[in-house]
Amino acid sequence: MSGRRRPSVRSYLVLAFPVGMLAIFFLTPFLMMVAASFYRRISGGFYEPGFELASYTRLFSGLFVERALFSIWVSLVAAAACVTLAFPFTYFLTQMRRRPHVVLLVLVMSALSLSEVIVGFSWSVVLGRAAGISNILVWLGLMGEAQPYQPGFIAVLLGLSYIAFPYCILTLYPQLSRLDREVSEAAQTLGASPWRTFRTVVIPIMRPTIMAAFLLVFVFTLGSYLIAAILGRPEHWTLSVFISDQASFNANVPFASAMAMVLTVLSLGLVGMVLLIESKTRRAE
Amino acid sequence: MRALRVVLAVLVVMFLVAPLLVVAIVSINPSRYMDFPPGGFSLHWYGQIWADTGWRSAIERSLIIATAGAALAVAIALPMAYVLRAYRVRLTPLLYGLGILPFMLPPVISALGAQVFWNGVNHIGRIENVIVAHGIFFSTLPLITISLAMDTLDPALPEAAQTMGANPRKTFRTVTFPLLVPSMITGYAAAFVLSLNEYIIAFLVAGFSVETLPIKIFNSLRYGFTPTIAAVTVVFIGLATSVFSLFALFGNLLRFLGADPAVLERQR
Repeated sequence: MSGRRRPSVRSYLVLAFPVGMLAIFFLTPFLMMVAASFYRRISGGFYEPGFELASYTRLFSGLFVERALFSIWVSLVAAAACVTLAFPFTYFLTQMRRRPHVVLLVLVMSALSLSEVIVGFSWSVVLGRAAGISNILVWLGLMGEAQPYQPGFIAVLLGLSYIAFPYCILTLYPQLSRLDREVSEAAQTLGASPWRTFRTVVIPIMRPTIMAAFLLVFVFTLGSYLIAAILGRPEHWTLSVFISDQASFNANVPFASAMAMVLTVLSLGLVGMVLLIESKTRRAE
Repeated sequence: MRALRVVLAVLVVMFLVAPLLVVAIVSINPSRYMDFPPGGFSLHWYGQIWADTGWRSAIERSLIIATAGAALAVAIALPMAYVLRAYRVRLTPLLYGLGILPFMLPPVISALGAQVFWNGVNHIGRIENVIVAHGIFFSTLPLITISLAMDTLDPALPEAAQTMGANPRKTFRTVTFPLLVPSMITGYAAAFVLSLNEYIIAFLVAGFSVETLPIKIFNSLRYGFTPTIAAVTVVFIGLATSVFSLFALFGNLLRFLGADPAVLERQR
């Protein structure tokens, strides 16, 4: 709607419900978590109000730094793999006729809506010793004896890529479907092959979109929990697993909150970069 | 390039479908262990989902949470999307950002915040805690779908109603609201499906007393494999696929996903 009206008192009253809900059930819990990161942990899994930096100094002890670096590393690799595969796929998708276009998108959306626990379980079967890839290879006579490929780093990477891939397609899709067809048609009229057009015209135009999608997928995988918990050994745990493990089984809410603060700052920084890229692109248009 | 296109499409479809296919095969195996190739065909484990009270009550709990949580999400999103798009409210970017923020941050942040909050008000382990947490976290989805619908709404329609003497309230009820219903349904469906599948928020908010389906699946995985897990997985995949197929048939899936309307016209 283009012609926006001046707000009346009533429109502010209407706004009071959603803003109030978000203030009470999102902002307040968030601020309570920030406060809890400074609280003192007492025995028996409880914590009491106070102000100490013990949870933050503990961040610099070995294990947290190790977990954080591993999370960032595995998320980076998964995000890079997803964008590399999803970008050409989405480009082709937007050029397809309507029927296969819709069918593939329904498949992508269905994969996106799958619970991480289901994806983790499915890959644990595929990579497992009882009914997975290696059994198919044995059955075909290509392999002597079935072997498990999980838990392990490759399994975590595959699982993360699986949950992030549909998400990546959906972040690339709007911009790619708006890509001006005339630009690539002009390149081809001038004698460029489709492959050369893709490499020298489409990719450079879409560079900001690719960067934004990469960062969004990075944030998404950084927040994943169950994949690492199901398909990895403890050394493959991501920050989310570590945080919720501290909050539930180790009952150390202050430490979990301090780690959550690091994850928040990291994610907000990445989202901020995405917004910056997007506003720059808009200004360029 | 053409060959590359086909190869890539086939590879992607295989990557997306392969694990689901393997699970489907495991689910119809009559044996209680995983075998390959399967020893026969049986729907025993599908019956088990309903016969086993543990699984059945987990499904019921998840359905209650998803139904109520998605309704709350739409109730939060509708007034926000409407007022921020129809009126020149100061601080609009800030308020819209507040609506998007929960979903942009990793879910473990919302989960831990909600855990600290409900501990603080001493209201622990209740199903309504999960409903509220999901309602807030997933309200971003209907907020986006309804805002998109507001953007494409023809401003002449509410204006005509006002010229003919309807007050803002009546205009909203009789003109704007009916036009927003499809986007509300889309937002509801997206929030519903994601809530049904959500683990970490439900777990940290009330995981030890309210066992939702994803929590139940994860707990059963820890104690070892039962084919029921595979059967439940197949049912869920079927559910998600049918929701989005209906979406594609009756709603405008491509438009919802942000496709350029002009391009869609050309592909018809």
